[in-house]
Amino acid sequence: MSNVSTDANDSSNAESQPENNTRRRFLTVATSVVGGVGAVGAAVPFIASWNPSIKAKAAGADVEADISKIEPGQLIRVIWRSKPVWIARRTPETIASLSGLADKLKDPDSSEEQQPEFAKNVHRSLKEEYLVLVGICTHLGCSPQHLKDGAFEQYVEGVSEGFFCPCHGSKFDMAGRVFQNVPAGLNLVVPPYTFIDDNTILIGSEEGAA
Amino acid sequence: MWKNLMDWVEYRLPIMRVANMHAIQYPAPRNMNVWYMFGFLATIVLVNQIVTGIWLTMSYTPSAEEAFASVEYIMRDVEYGWLLRYMHSTGASAFFIVVYLHMFRGMIYGSYQKPRELLWVFGMFIYLALMAEAFMGYVLPWGQMSYWGAQVIVSLFSAIPVIGPDLVIWIQGDYVISGATLNRFFALHVIALPLVIVILVFLHIVALHEVGSNNPDGTDVKRKKGSLSEDEKTKYKIHEYYTSNYDIVDDIVPFFPHIVLKDLIGFAVFLLAFCYVMFFMPEMGGYFLEAPNFEIANPLKTPEHIFPVWYFTPFYAILKAVPHKLGGVIAMFAAIIALALLPWIDRGQVRSWRYRCGLHKWNLLIFAVVFIFLGYLGGTPQENWKITASQVATIMYFGFFALLFIYSKNEKCKPVPARITE
Repeated sequence: MSNVSTDANDSSNAESQPENNTRRRFLTVATSVVGGVGAVGAAVPFIASWNPSIKAKAAGADVEADISKIEPGQLIRVIWRSKPVWIARRTPETIASLSGLADKLKDPDSSEEQQPEFAKNVHRSLKEEYLVLVGICTHLGCSPQHLKDGAFEQYVEGVSEGFFCPCHGSKFDMAGRVFQNVPAGLNLVVPPYTFIDDNTILIGSEEGAA
Repeated sequence: MWKNLMDWVEYRLPIMRVANMHAIQYPAPRNMNVWYMFGFLATIVLVNQIVTGIWLTMSYTPSAEEAFASVEYIMRDVEYGWLLRYMHSTGASAFFIVVYLHMFRGMIYGSYQKPRELLWVFGMFIYLALMAEAFMGYVLPWGQMSYWGAQVIVSLFSAIPVIGPDLVIWIQGDYVISGATLNRFFALHVIALPLVIVILVFLHIVALHEVGSNNPDGTDVKRKKGSLSEDEKTKYKIHEYYTSNYDIVDDIVPFFPHIVLKDLIGFAVFLLAFCYVMFFMPEMGGYFLEAPNFEIANPLKTPEHIFPVWYFTPFYAILKAVPHKLGGVIAMFAAIIALALLPWIDRGQVRSWRYRCGLHKWNLLIFAVVFIFLGYLGGTPQENWKITASQVATIMYFGFFALLFIYSKNEKCKPVPARITE
């Protein structure tokens, strides 16, 4: 051993120093890189453990809903991530009435981000006929009632169908858009969803994201 | 016998050397006034938070199902549990009060200026860690404001382009704020951040003692070696660590006992106020503990108004003043970063506001008023006039830094006395 160290000392003091420095630099860089890769690798479990667990993923999984049996004017409820989600099939008359409500609404063009990009239209949905909403009032979280066949008329003149929140009287049209002069400030939330086929909606994922 | 034992220890562990260097023979300017007690008070409050926090974990259950009930259990069934919890919750607000005053002291006396830039920056790191610590601590009781406050703060990250939404899920450990979020916040609040804060405080004090304390005159008490006559040098015994490189002016006193005793007087007054709040108004009219937090977290029911606790409200007002989500988040963080950059924004050579121009004094005072006003705007229900008001106040907040940057370059200052005046 002592011979080796003497040799090393001798050579470092000799003229061959530049060559040794290159070697030393190479070893330093190589060690740092390998060590760095190790450190990054060791960080993976710590960072990944913050992701939702399998349990959380199962509880938050996408929900499929069969829409083949919904009559026009009817609304069904499914539960997604512990929240009620409404799926309503709108009648042609209802769809036609949506565009005429703009002056009664707070946010007729859905400019607040209460919906995925695909629902930023007058009917706030993928297909005109089907409305999908999170059924929680944007005011204080009650669940509004679906009033149809003129029952909504008593709250908004000339509008026969809509959502009325019994807690504090917020009103929403059949696209989930909030009316003026009510406590709620935002339109109802449209969850991400996509059509698997004509009869099935998948709630929780958007087109392509699934 | 005793001396032999002490010598035996000292030979192996430098207790007396460190005590001498950093307290008994540490030179502190003799004119340190009432503004200089808040660092000491902050340290005391930190100790209070650590000790009461350890005791609270003994009875607290970190889970979405049991957290709220376990806090009530602490309040009702654990002996003196109510006192320990109120010491901790009042301590949290007291921490921010003394830290804000400590920071304002640094601003009026120019304590961030050369050579104390790093000292200031480390202070800002402590402030940031403290905000994270306080935010996560507020989530733990799992009341309505815990839940919805966390919702608002965590969703700020969703404003980050591209990675935002995934980042939020990663932080939450779920698609919504849930028990997973609560448990990780508990781990960070109880272990990770206190460690970080204690280490940062240690570095803050090391940096302070390396450059030496500033004072209300902003006059240096450390002079070039050999520049002072024996008459001008201090007669106190100062540690050779300082005297071997510098001459110390006869304007200092040893930190212990002189400054410590002064700080203890301040501490007594502070304790009086602290105990009054803790015993008679621990909720401080809804500012220290907000009313909705006495109701268990309910993901389906949003409280009518969501405010952060008072010490965050100035920045919350800035966030809301910008009518663009990402823009608001950027403005909010910029407000904190601007403070951290103060040593470089202020290009002046004179430290204390005593000897700086009138504009500087007004600028500082208006900044303080604007900061408090922003706190009011961010902590009270939204009204139309408040949107405009918080926009004006936000511009004034940043205006402080812009003005300072401009006038400090060629500022007309009064001559700074060579020696401490009072």
